[in-house]
Amino acid sequence: MTDLTKLEAELSGRIAAAEDLAALEALRVAALGKSGSISELLKSLGRMTPDERRERGPQINGLRDRIAAAVAEKKAALDAAELDVRLASEHVDLTLPAPPERRGRVHPTMQVLDEMIAIFGEMGFSLAEGPDIEDDFHNFTALNFPPKHPARDMHDTFWLAPDERGERKLLRTHTSPVQVRVMQRTNEGVPAWVANGQAPPIRVIVPGRVYRSDSDATHTPMFHQMEGLVIDRAIHMGHLKWTLETFTRRFFETERVVTRFRPHHFPFTEPSCEMDVKCDRSGGAIKIGEGSDWLEILGGGMVHPNVLRNCGLDPETWQGFAFGLGIDRLGALKYGMPDLRDMFASDVRWLEHYGFSAFATPNPATGLS
Amino acid sequence: MKFTLSWLKDHLETTATVDQVVEAMTMAGLEVEHVEDLAAKLARFTVAKVIEARQHPNADRLRVCEVDTVDGRKEIVCGAPNARAGLTTIYAPIGAFVPGSAVTLEARPVRGVVSNGMLCSAKELEIAEESEGIVELSEALPIGASAAEAFGLEAVIDFEVTPNRPDWLGVAGLARDLAAAGLGTLKDLSVQPVPGQFAEPVEIKVYGEACPMFAGRLIRGVKNGPSPDWLQRRLISVGLRPINALVDVTNFLSLDRCRPLHVYDAKRLAGGFIEARLGREGEAVEALDGSTYPAGPEVCVIADGSGAIGLGGVMGGESTKVTEATTDVFVESAWFDPIRTAQAGRTLGIVSDAQYRFARGVDPEFVVPGLELATKLILEFCGGGASEIRVAGSPPVSPRPIEFDRSYVKKLSGLEIGRTRIDAILADLGFRLDGEQVTPPSWRRDVDGKADLVEEVARIEGYGALPADPLPEIERPPGGVLTQRQARMRNARRALAARGYDEALTWSFMRCDWARLFGGGQQALRVANPIASDLDCMRPSILPNLIDAAARNARKGFADVALFEIGPCYRGDSPADQWTAVSALVSPHPPKRWDKTANDPLFELKGDLMALLEELGAPALQTVQGQASPWFHPGRSAKLQLGPKTLVAEFGEVHPRILRELDAEGPMLGFEIALEAVPEPKRKAVKTRAALQLSPYMPLSRDFAFVVDLATAAGDLVRPILGVDKQLIEDARVFDVYQGRSVPQGKKSVAVEVVIQPREKTLTDAEIEALSARIVAAAEKATGAKLRT
Repeated sequence: MTDLTKLEAELSGRIAAAEDLAALEALRVAALGKSGSISELLKSLGRMTPDERRERGPQINGLRDRIAAAVAEKKAALDAAELDVRLASEHVDLTLPAPPERRGRVHPTMQVLDEMIAIFGEMGFSLAEGPDIEDDFHNFTALNFPPKHPARDMHDTFWLAPDERGERKLLRTHTSPVQVRVMQRTNEGVPAWVANGQAPPIRVIVPGRVYRSDSDATHTPMFHQMEGLVIDRAIHMGHLKWTLETFTRRFFETERVVTRFRPHHFPFTEPSCEMDVKCDRSGGAIKIGEGSDWLEILGGGMVHPNVLRNCGLDPETWQGFAFGLGIDRLGALKYGMPDLRDMFASDVRWLEHYGFSAFATPNPATGLS
Repeated sequence: MKFTLSWLKDHLETTATVDQVVEAMTMAGLEVEHVEDLAAKLARFTVAKVIEARQHPNADRLRVCEVDTVDGRKEIVCGAPNARAGLTTIYAPIGAFVPGSAVTLEARPVRGVVSNGMLCSAKELEIAEESEGIVELSEALPIGASAAEAFGLEAVIDFEVTPNRPDWLGVAGLARDLAAAGLGTLKDLSVQPVPGQFAEPVEIKVYGEACPMFAGRLIRGVKNGPSPDWLQRRLISVGLRPINALVDVTNFLSLDRCRPLHVYDAKRLAGGFIEARLGREGEAVEALDGSTYPAGPEVCVIADGSGAIGLGGVMGGESTKVTEATTDVFVESAWFDPIRTAQAGRTLGIVSDAQYRFARGVDPEFVVPGLELATKLILEFCGGGASEIRVAGSPPVSPRPIEFDRSYVKKLSGLEIGRTRIDAILADLGFRLDGEQVTPPSWRRDVDGKADLVEEVARIEGYGALPADPLPEIERPPGGVLTQRQARMRNARRALAARGYDEALTWSFMRCDWARLFGGGQQALRVANPIASDLDCMRPSILPNLIDAAARNARKGFADVALFEIGPCYRGDSPADQWTAVSALVSPHPPKRWDKTANDPLFELKGDLMALLEELGAPALQTVQGQASPWFHPGRSAKLQLGPKTLVAEFGEVHPRILRELDAEGPMLGFEIALEAVPEPKRKAVKTRAALQLSPYMPLSRDFAFVVDLATAAGDLVRPILGVDKQLIEDARVFDVYQGRSVPQGKKSVAVEVVIQPREKTLTDAEIEALSARIVAAAEKATGAKLRT
């Protein structure tokens, strides 16, 4: 008995004193290895009588288990200590900055365009496009602007240099020429992206760049407009009113928007209207949904029978509405940008202040903004 | 156009306030720009009487006045020389804002004497531009009467008229619409003819399109002088200067009835005739504004025996103008062609009240009545005797009747309005009704179809009454709102923003010399009337605009920018010439870093471009170096092509010479993708994807270091390796490029990691060896590469 007790005391002492994993491993091999001291004892069991074995067996096995456990425990302790040392040595100063990252932003006009597409998309509109460089027919004549009529003067048109036949193209002054391209199904030689005409019923929105020779805080020589066109058999002004009121409420994301329809004149709509929203201008900035001032935000009306005829549709069968709104301008109103010229100045401080995250796609789940 | 409420009341029986008039005008389709309410501005200014005025004890030029005011007796210090006892004048209390001097009055001592208010001059009240001393008013005015009452001030309403409604350019026409809108009762607008006392002696001739109709009459024995007070006040109230009775009558009727007229001193007319014809080459007219205008064949002139004496419908001439000495006056009432008059205004650079009205088309049936009305006023103000009226030419055809099924009102507008109401509105506006036939009045030449009639009815009924009906549900296109191209633009935008680029929107036009540097600037894309001389050419590329934007940011102290824009560029002026560029520009000035690690910005840009192309679904593209456009650095740029011909994108460092031309500090790097050149993947009706085949075997990788000529492109080494076994070789990546020790002169070592993906079974060592040998052989065959030993 005493030999086992002595052995256990000696081994336990040496295990406890082991300074590192290598020393511990050497101890483990010396005790529990193939010809370790305890392994030798276990082997001796085979040479014993059954009675001796019954007595010594549990004692030796017990010793083996206790020593193995002590080794494991010491190993865990040494592992932990070693890890502590390593971790201590791996300390870094995490107040140091991460590598510099650029913060990219989506331009507010394009963000607002996506908002508008989300709203009109839900109403069943799809999107059509047309070229920026237009001819007189699409921009004016087909839209019922009589030749040389003063209404043309109001558009401050940019003209391109005349060609050899003396004909001059122009930069479209509105997105309405695309109305003509959508309704008139005789476009030829236009690339695939240009609206190539469709039979009624028609329900499209047309965003794009438009150009007018004008520059101040509320006018830029180039800006973005969105046209809407709905043609069917029984579309009337009440539908236009619902569409624009609903759009305005959803766009400004408040039920408090108060709108007003006023008669107006556009050559290509009859009856024509403009829509105002109630706003507050008292604090310098314009606040929509408050106050008692009116602000004109868009124009529209029932497509003029002459325009329908010019596009090959019989006004006795087909009727509908069109409207146009300024994308930049509505964005500036919603998000509070005082000067439209800044939109096109590419100052990175402005872009990063008024721009939007790449992941802020307007959608039904998270709302518009 | 401007008017006042009292002027409106000449034609409209109404109790409406200015606010109600403005509201009614707005809802009838008139855009009120501005209401200048001087009466409201002067609300605190009242009539007062000076009881005593004594010398200020401490100032020679000041007087201390005892004044009876609406607030009782006040002691007021006044510097005006005319401040004297007994004077009736205007008093401003402490706290009032004086508009002419832009101060708010405070009770403070003036040289030791407290002034308890102020006595005002006309200039301080802003009712005159200049004035001497304080206002002197009639003694009859009671103390406390308002300044508005004392001066007859009222609000001036300024509004904008759309080009279709010339009839609104007269106060009477305005009254007609407001009466129809329920604001009051229209007074009788009819005109009583003035019988002529003698035959009209001046022969009148018109020539075709220049002037279809010209009516005239001579009035003899007039005594021209100032017009009556009421007329002068009317003109002054809307900002016109009274001149003399004859001229004031023409200006008044222009504004009151939208009937521009002209008066000639008949004794200064030469040759006994007057004619309206086109101008002749070399003709010129000294107009009433003192300038001389060329009057060539594109403008209508009025001429007599001496030649052109006036610009028809635009402005009269100096040589025949009426003066205080005029005794015989010839009055012209004509109808000038709107388009010609509009063009004449543009050509001559004149916008006069008359030109503005004729260009929009005045009422042709009011030519003669307007002349009668003018005669009546002239005889009333100046005396004299009128001739008969002589008319040359004839008015343009009257508006034709329109077949008007009243149910069209509901069909087009959605408004439920009964026939009685519809007809009442139309009748109030002057339309003649005859069963289903509706004839517009002569002053509404803009109305030529039944949709116009619906607008008339709807606007008078009020757009507020329009229903708001939801759009009917329609079948939605399956692919969503956007076309594939539009969806790609959106994806590209958000992908680039996510990679740290700020989206810019720049003009579609730019400087021509810059456009030329980028392959544009052709004549067909020149803007004939640019808003600024540096915006005179449609852009061939977005890059110059982005370079300029980066340079402008740098000049403000923000040099480290990454910008992109997605938008149109132009190769020519037809729709097919417009293409969509996806362009990005980096001006790399990254902040200094504590960890000293930095990537090559050119390869970061390439990484962004490749990631973007993948986002756009572009197929594998060929990188061709050394042939990019000349605005790129020849050694640090490349084209990405689809097949041998289709250019999809270019990227690289911007050529330093280009940067110098654009006044930009380099280096700058950029790319430009031609969006339409990236093929659109077919939209499939069935959305299921090909089944995923996962190999159960581990991929393994082998590294090869090749020695190649310095000039060999890494891409030329990798491509044949990938082609050795498309089944097994998943990827081949260059992970080291080395020159120097142990690599011969003129050579470089390129290390490639090849990823091998067994498909059917684990590869044996022998099979791997065989594959490796083929890789080495392929590399050697393509580039002469030798395995580095």
